[in-house]
Amino acid sequence: MCLSVPGKVLDISSEEGFRMGRVDFGGIVKKVCLEYLPDIQVGDYALVHVGFAISRVLPEEAEKTLKLFRELDGMEEREER
Amino acid sequence: MKYIDEFRDEKIARALIRQIAGRLTREWVVMEVCGGQTHTIVKYGLDQMLPEGVRVVHGPGCPVCVTPLEKIDQAIAIAGLDDVIFCSFGDMMRVPGSASDLHQVKAAGGDVRIVYSPLDALRLARENPAKKVVFFAVGFETTAPANALAVWQAAREGLGNFFMLVSHVRVPPALTAVLEAPGNRVQGFLAAGHVCAVMGTREYEPLAEQYRVPIVPTGFEPLDILDGIDRLVRLLEAGEARVENQYTRVVSRDGNLAAQERIFSVFEICDQKWRGIGEIPASGFRLKKDFVRHDAAVAFDVRDIAPCESALCMSGDVLKGLKTPGDCPAFASECTPENPLGATMVSAEGACAAFYHYGRHEKAGDTIRRKD
Ligand code: SF4
Repeated sequence: MCLSVPGKVLDISSEEGFRMGRVDFGGIVKKVCLEYLPDIQVGDYALVHVGFAISRVLPEEAEKTLKLFRELDGMEEREER
Repeated sequence: MKYIDEFRDEKIARALIRQIAGRLTREWVVMEVCGGQTHTIVKYGLDQMLPEGVRVVHGPGCPVCVTPLEKIDQAIAIAGLDDVIFCSFGDMMRVPGSASDLHQVKAAGGDVRIVYSPLDALRLARENPAKKVVFFAVGFETTAPANALAVWQAAREGLGNFFMLVSHVRVPPALTAVLEAPGNRVQGFLAAGHVCAVMGTREYEPLAEQYRVPIVPTGFEPLDILDGIDRLVRLLEAGEARVENQYTRVVSRDGNLAAQERIFSVFEICDQKWRGIGEIPASGFRLKKDFVRHDAAVAFDVRDIAPCESALCMSGDVLKGLKTPGDCPAFASECTPENPLGATMVSAEGACAAFYHYGRHEKAGDTIRRKD
């Protein structure tokens, strides 16, 4: 139940008064409630938990973290040489 | 998949592990407080790859596992009623109650349905006006926005046949309970990233300060967890007790304000029992008075059920980080995922089940074997 998965928002619609949208999880598409992410747009990634988007995944922050990882890796390689 | 695969790179994992090893001047014990993280750690054997000197213990991070036995018994009692459609997340189905479980109720003809989201239960209530639809609302803060919206919407639509059996838990008071437990060995926490996605990291700041422990909200992929441990070790070695966010791509200091607003319009904080641990002050959510007509515990009057726990199970100590599953004499013998004695053997996120599934059948001590 704790599982939350990042997916890409494909479209945004309104259902029963809620902001809903289809979200693509690596090929599996599910209807997700977007009520808690009023600013999210088509093409953005959201973290989804029990059918609800709870947070937008920030690409610039993901890139920052990955850059730190790559630097660490590169640093070690230079040391090994 | 994007935002998943990049965070599983094995070469970088090894670099992170070497970096952690390079920082260590003494031994540290850290705790992860999320079943999803427990699962990743055991699945990838991260605890076995970490250098000597960092010990990761698994905390009370699985809401399925800590749902109090009397709630399970209440759920079983309600699910067996003729005019009820009982809806639950799949991982609650095999959690042992005192005498039975939801799966057995279903096998005996009870209308028990596994749903993916509480909105599915709401839909069933709309479609079946002659039935009472009860949703078993279990979870940490991560699940609370979904459950809150379902109740709020039921009230707005006047759906008198929609009920919720609530057993919600909050993480920060559980950290306090771990820190205050006699014999506590935990010196730092990986906080659950998805709980923080909703609640933000602000509420961990006073905890870090008061108990002088670093707290690192962390993601769920192997590199996230190793990065989280690396940051914790750096803070511990420097003697810095503060909150440092590892999971910045998802978690902010404030969290999701729209979700928090909805949670607190529907729920209020209450004392809550945790299975195997006992009552922790202010560690739960219950429905506010305005929503009492949707409260299943009130509507079905099941509050007096007296539970009876298996005498063999030591899941309470496993949840508090005092024992590992291998310490339990019943582990993998009397107790298996097919025949669970305790809740930590049921959910894939429970420590006992995670150890079982990934073949950690060796006994205590070995389970936290370390190698460089
Ligand atoms: S192995 Fe089974 S009996 Fe032992 S602590 Fe875990 S759940 Fe309880």
